[in-house]
Amino acid sequence: MRIMAQMAMVMNLDKCIGCHTCSVTCKQAWTNRTGLEYVWFNNVETRPGLGYPRRYEDQETWKGGWELGRNGRLKLKGGGRLAKLATIFNNPKLPEIEDYYEPWTYDYENLLNAPAQKTFPVARPHSLLDGRPMNPQWGANWDDDLGGTYKTGHEDPMLKGIEEKVTFEFDKSFMFYLPRICEHCLNPTCAASCPSGAIYKREEDGIVLVDQNRCRGWRMCISGCPYKKIYFNHSTGKAEKCTFCYPRVEVGIPTVCSETCVGRLRYIGLMLYDADAVTAAASVKDDRDLYEAQRGVFLDPRDPAVAREAERQGIPLDWIDAAKKSPVLRLINDYKVALPLHPEYRTMPMVWYIPPLSPIVDAVRETGEDAEEAGNLFGAIDALRIPLEYLANLFTAGDVQPVRHVLDKLAAMRSYMRDVNLEREPREEIAAAVGMTGTEVQEMFRLLAIAKYDERYVIPTAHAEQAHALEELATDCPVGEGGPGAFGGGSGGPVPVAIQTLRETKERMQADDMSQVPGSVSYLQWDGRGVPGQESPEAADDRHGIPGAGPDLPADPKAEHPLQGMRAQEEPEQ
Amino acid sequence: MNTFLFGVFPYLAMAVFVVGMIWRYKYDKFGWTTRSSQLYESKLLRIGSPLFHYGILLAVVGHAMGLLIPKGWTDAIGIDQHTYHLVAVIGGVTAGIMVTVGFLILVFRRRTVKTVFNATTVNDKVMYLVLGLNIFFGMWNTISTAIGDENFYNYRTGVSVWFRSIFMAQPNVEAITAAGTPFQFMAHAFLSFLLIMIWPFTRLVHVFSAPVQYVARPYIVYRSKGDTGQRPTPSRAPQDTWKSPTSAKNR
Repeated sequence: MRIMAQMAMVMNLDKCIGCHTCSVTCKQAWTNRTGLEYVWFNNVETRPGLGYPRRYEDQETWKGGWELGRNGRLKLKGGGRLAKLATIFNNPKLPEIEDYYEPWTYDYENLLNAPAQKTFPVARPHSLLDGRPMNPQWGANWDDDLGGTYKTGHEDPMLKGIEEKVTFEFDKSFMFYLPRICEHCLNPTCAASCPSGAIYKREEDGIVLVDQNRCRGWRMCISGCPYKKIYFNHSTGKAEKCTFCYPRVEVGIPTVCSETCVGRLRYIGLMLYDADAVTAAASVKDDRDLYEAQRGVFLDPRDPAVAREAERQGIPLDWIDAAKKSPVLRLINDYKVALPLHPEYRTMPMVWYIPPLSPIVDAVRETGEDAEEAGNLFGAIDALRIPLEYLANLFTAGDVQPVRHVLDKLAAMRSYMRDVNLEREPREEIAAAVGMTGTEVQEMFRLLAIAKYDERYVIPTAHAEQAHALEELATDCPVGEGGPGAFGGGSGGPVPVAIQTLRETKERMQADDMSQVPGSVSYLQWDGRGVPGQESPEAADDRHGIPGAGPDLPADPKAEHPLQGMRAQEEPEQ
Repeated sequence: MNTFLFGVFPYLAMAVFVVGMIWRYKYDKFGWTTRSSQLYESKLLRIGSPLFHYGILLAVVGHAMGLLIPKGWTDAIGIDQHTYHLVAVIGGVTAGIMVTVGFLILVFRRRTVKTVFNATTVNDKVMYLVLGLNIFFGMWNTISTAIGDENFYNYRTGVSVWFRSIFMAQPNVEAITAAGTPFQFMAHAFLSFLLIMIWPFTRLVHVFSAPVQYVARPYIVYRSKGDTGQRPTPSRAPQDTWKSPTSAKNR
């Protein structure tokens, strides 16, 4: 038994309102760069829908993930090592930019520079790839809120076999949102597909990363990943992926997508697992057994024997403690309400989902029945077979039973807690109907509905004895870092991947104004060139001698900032 | 002049190549990539790229055969000139056609597909020019050998002797500059060393990251935090090649 720790996430889909805040903040933090315009480490899909990139789940087309060979052993669905090398000059299964979307921007300058004219000037879309005016045809969430699904919905790969039962009439359709990040799989096909060995799984926390210095741009990982969560940076020629915000996680703060999630639907915690059991679990014959098989490789750190063994194998004590308190462990193993996304890809994904009950509640409510009455809900879950089958296609390789159990539990919780909240006598039989006790239901309710920051994110910090290697702290002191490097100033000293650190965050939160925040700069004075907060020597030289141009020579201090002047004028009127 | 071109320049080119490759590997691992443009366009690439690359591989084998194996050896094991010539011409013409057609498709694609053209640097254009000229002369060599009779210039007693003499540190310039050596052979030889000289500074470095170790590697790579997977370079931390907008000189 080889015990390893894995940073894992659970998302409660019932609470997702599809606001895309996670996607936007993630993009701002990580992929707001040239070459990554079309890249969304985090995206939110409306289901039923095509997903991003379009129809990524159709593995008969894309050949992502693993499959069982004739001998019952796992093999790459996209072909083994020799097949990969033979097709290295042209990857046959690589999505084209059209499968994502052609990124564009708007010609905003036209709004400012257009001459006086009768009609309003417009900002036309321009391609970010070749600069030409373009007509956007698709985007990262083009079918958001079922927009256009009357036309494209039937192409959803998850409707296979149940097409005729799903209606896309707006008022009858069943809809929910599915936020997706990299799954940080236990058995990642991206890593297995990488000819250069640049993609690796971190021993400490299981986060899957691309070594940018080793990646040679062969693009096999993009084909290998069945979730299509590895992207090609067309500017640098390297693969990039969701990093589980490892610089943040290392210092104990949650990922950007979790931190900014409006619905607070994400949970982060550790899972301990037996690394030696992964291959066997991923090789079980029936796709539908994969969910249980994966649960089987997880270890319960609350079992003293497991904790002792983990300690013996060198997992730090505070990590074992964190694993005991992991909300992810409770959702996956105790309450069994979280399910993996597409276990049939056999990659053992580690971002799990609580399937949504709300569409069913809504359906019951529309019939005029009491939508929070346990009996009604149980009946509806059984009667509304279409959502169940659809969810099963997503989360359990088509096996309806586990999904039904989860939804039953959520329905029971809703019904039980209503009685509690209305100060009626809680009915234990509701809890018993789903194999739980009232106390357990209340605990689950607390975790799902009102868990605070500390309960949702139980993230042990990386270890002090390893601290010099952490990105965020950047205490490495390489010898010979004098002037600019071989490739100019831009290649200078080591820079933390993210700007925030736990210490900085704290100081920022406790500071009275920004001037007290160490390392902070004012972006108000920044012209977008050079390093904010400091002028390049050339720019300073350029301005030398021009009155009022340099920050050291304010000719007219009142007019230093245009807004100040305006404020001064407005004040007397008030 | 000939002494410089065929006696000095090859050593210069190889020295630049060796030092350049070490320098590039040490300082620009991040820039070491195939710079694939498949994301932009894949239909033409699907034909052109395998054609070109497999053709090049075949051509490399052919060059090794023609340049490294002395004529005396094949004579000794009883392969007469006619048989050798037949093999060389069939192999050479096949490889040459593959490379030429593939190269033309790739250049056509690079020029006509705007996104691909935008991603083409000056460095790339220089490299394509040298490579294209080299392919042109190489093809001319092959064709002139193929259609000429057997008394036509035999590179195995000329160019090959000179080539081997370079690696024996006794450059036999006379062997390639002797009267009767067709111009295209000399041009091809010179351009080849020119290509080798500019190699480390172009995208061609991707040839040396051919992932042969993939065949023997375990599928999943585990690595510890802070372990860069390679020996630490004493002078520079590996992440230095990142060009981060937030990096400051005085940090």
